[in-house]
Amino acid sequence: MSMLDVVDLEVWFDLPGGGELHAVQGVDLAVERGDRLGLVGESGCGKTTVMMAMMGLLPSNATVSGQVLLDGVDILAHGERSVRSHRWVDLAMVFQGAMNAFNPVQRIGRQIREPMELHRTASGAAARRRTNELLEMVGMPVSAADRYPHELSGGMRQRAALAMALACEPRVLFADEPTTALDVMVQAQILQQLGQLVDELGLALVLVTHDLPVVAAVCDRATVMYAGRIAEQATMDALFHDPRHPYTRLLFASTPDLYGEEPVVSIPGSPPRLDRPLTGCPFAARCPHAFDPCREQQPALATLAAGHLAACHLNTRAGVTA
Amino acid sequence: MRIVRERPAATVGAVLLALFVLMAVFAQWLMPYDPHQQVGPVFGTPSTAHPLGLDDGGYDVLSLIIQGGRISMEVGFAATVVAIVLGGGVGILSGYFGGATDTVLMRITDYFLVIPDIPLMIIIAAVWGPSLGHIVLVIGMLLWTGTARVIRSQVKSVRERVYVQRARSLGASHTRIILRHVLPQVAPLLVANTVLTIAVAIFDETALAFLGLSDPTAITWGTMIEHAFDRTAVSAGAWWAVVPPGVAVSLVIMACSLLGQAIEDATNPRLRVAHLSIRGFRIRPVRPARAEA
Amino acid sequence: MNSTEPAILEVRDLVTHYPVRRSLADAVRGRPRRSAHAVDGISFDLRAGELLALVGESGCGKTTTAQSLLRMVEPTSGTIRLDGRDITHLSQRRLRPLRRTMQLVYQDPYESLDPRFRARQTVAEPMLVHGIGSRRADRRGLVDELLERVGLTPPELYADRYPHEMSGGQRQRLAIAASLVLSPRLLVTDEPVSMLDVSVRAGVLELLDGLRRESAMAVLMITHDLSTAAHFADEIAVMYFGRIVERGPARELVRNPRHPYTKALLSVVPARDPRRRAVPRILQGEAPDPANVPTGCRFASRCPSVTDACRLVDPALDDVSGSPGHEVACIRSEELASDSAGKVVTT
Repeated sequence: MSMLDVVDLEVWFDLPGGGELHAVQGVDLAVERGDRLGLVGESGCGKTTVMMAMMGLLPSNATVSGQVLLDGVDILAHGERSVRSHRWVDLAMVFQGAMNAFNPVQRIGRQIREPMELHRTASGAAARRRTNELLEMVGMPVSAADRYPHELSGGMRQRAALAMALACEPRVLFADEPTTALDVMVQAQILQQLGQLVDELGLALVLVTHDLPVVAAVCDRATVMYAGRIAEQATMDALFHDPRHPYTRLLFASTPDLYGEEPVVSIPGSPPRLDRPLTGCPFAARCPHAFDPCREQQPALATLAAGHLAACHLNTRAGVTA
Repeated sequence: MRIVRERPAATVGAVLLALFVLMAVFAQWLMPYDPHQQVGPVFGTPSTAHPLGLDDGGYDVLSLIIQGGRISMEVGFAATVVAIVLGGGVGILSGYFGGATDTVLMRITDYFLVIPDIPLMIIIAAVWGPSLGHIVLVIGMLLWTGTARVIRSQVKSVRERVYVQRARSLGASHTRIILRHVLPQVAPLLVANTVLTIAVAIFDETALAFLGLSDPTAITWGTMIEHAFDRTAVSAGAWWAVVPPGVAVSLVIMACSLLGQAIEDATNPRLRVAHLSIRGFRIRPVRPARAEA
Repeated sequence: MNSTEPAILEVRDLVTHYPVRRSLADAVRGRPRRSAHAVDGISFDLRAGELLALVGESGCGKTTTAQSLLRMVEPTSGTIRLDGRDITHLSQRRLRPLRRTMQLVYQDPYESLDPRFRARQTVAEPMLVHGIGSRRADRRGLVDELLERVGLTPPELYADRYPHEMSGGQRQRLAIAASLVLSPRLLVTDEPVSMLDVSVRAGVLELLDGLRRESAMAVLMITHDLSTAAHFADEIAVMYFGRIVERGPARELVRNPRHPYTKALLSVVPARDPRRRAVPRILQGEAPDPANVPTGCRFASRCPSVTDACRLVDPALDDVSGSPGHEVACIRSEELASDSAGKVVTT
């Protein structure tokens, strides 16, 4: 049992015209104190939904099944109600595009204080002191507390969002595309800050992004998701140097590298629709190595080596590797 | 159509408005009596022959309502066309070109906006003389400002949309951009505004007629109410001469408001996001096979 | 590239300033109106079949440069020549027929296509604007041909779709098809793939790459992504604060950067391979306020190698000795040539 375990998580969304979209299809994750886990995949692969389910922040058209165990206790057992007491206290998140995460007409300081007052971890002067402490921690001047969100640059807002997430000393920090809208230099600043804080505070970090190089820069381990399932899970090093799922390999190959000599490829086709049942491997239609079993049977997520999991039939076919 | 399905209030409004329009269109065949002929005693009480009774001249009130509705709605629709063409035109030009054009047009709009409607209508109707044509013009000229403002702000945001800029970078002319890219985008808003304006126009027509500023020979809901008051229907206790035209006006206004508001809500995305709350997703029990493991 | 061939696009000393709104207090005190120096004197040539990437952080003026070139924003001074013709001061009306020779592909394919237009209409619109293909059947044929050229095959499948029925990559291909209808000489693309999924980016970039080669189109690509620029551009020009601070052949510039800013920028680009980490040189702070141009080098306030001389001299772009086509605007570039920042370390 780890600090945070996700067991067989499934999420469906009701579609406006009737029918359901099976966004997350049986995802298991384990996060330990001090872990830096990347959750990677393209848009629509379910990575953000997994995170939102763990935070209990799914919209009302969602149906969830499975368990999110925090120290062995299922915090999802009673839906949003039971997650609420853990949210921000144990699990906190840095939102994607920090501009929308702030109320535009409230000063930054007040918004950082809000979760503390809500969860009664601090109030009054203590909350103010803690706010200043947090701002310094994320590399912002204390005076920023009196600013409005629009007065801050994108990088500063992202730092403020980080401060807000850390307000109640959570154990797990989720970061959803924390640097996507930022310039490389500011991205580097934020990632450095994030890494430093995770180390200092002994947090577990779950970084949700489509950007493999960012994951490579920050995380030790990553879970690659495709069509609502886990395609592969391993250390970053193994994912890059010894990928065991063709999707992982193609994802790296489609990411241009500054000094890379080999041509950048694109993956033909597009991900399958999740509003209808699927037979076989969800990646089969786009996979250059697909053979008969891929179209007939859904590959199970198998452990190939310690900490290296992949869901691909090629791994079980003798003598062939992805 | 989606609007009607999602919002029952819109359906009520649409059906009501459709009924009134049909009534006006088929007035000729629907009227049980000639509204210009005395067909019974003065202030005759409602009966099976005259469901809404008779008025001060012995005319059948139901026939008058039908005939009056026709003219009231004609005036209301015509005035709305004037208001929408003027308001939509000013709004689009002002919002699209911005700058000096915008400033000048908006100052003019402000000017019309601050004129108290009713007194001006009274003055103009009094100076030009009572005629339905004048009423249409007066109401139209006073109602376009709201539309102009709303359309302008919408156009201003559409103008900044990337696909409009792309059309500009393609070398498309202003006329083309306005007709092909901007107008279709603001059309739903224009429709919503039209429906809402009809309500106000019909109300204004009734008010002017009630004040005796409409064509006295034309039968409208407003003149019906005016006549009823002038000719002591109230003191005679003949409520049926006053209430039906009043109810008719209220119903049309309500129908237009319900429908117009619904269209406006549906076309304004900012009003639409609210119903997706983050609360209350559902939990499905863990599948037994995995739960044991 | 053959440098004797006349350039399709010639930009000389292009300057675009935006007026900055004065606060009421400033206006009352009679402080002068200020202007933001979005683009402050940049020059470059672009030849047929060439792909130049203009890279830099947001606010460095790269997008304003593109907009000024196409006269979507009015340049303050300088000259822009398209096929030898000075278009800097042409009226918008006289410019309109010329627009068919220069086309722009926007960043966000979710925004740049009219949601009420089917794919066919989107592609046909430029033809209607410029009176190409007078008959419906001609236009139809051309639309199909273009859809096929950008990889939306078979065209019958896509021609009647609305943008919301297409994926991001398909939409961007459609936008490209619509700009190709007019057989432009110059294609300006503003972050053409940044809104797309990683797996389809390469496809769109390859499409652009192929198109410029086969139709001898000049392509200017505005991007913040150095890795993409390194892979797909012939030349890279790095902008900082309204100026080009370094320019050179893509490979050369990435492997032997000479400007401290370029070096820092390259050093913080994350690598795919976790074993290979560059020594990051993280510049603190963000780009300075474009309404307050310092004297001397614009990068001085953030430069790790700054000297007193840097604050006095505003350096011009100069050739880098021994590296043809490579120019840098730094007075210390020679001394700093061996600086290790940005050099790759493999662990």
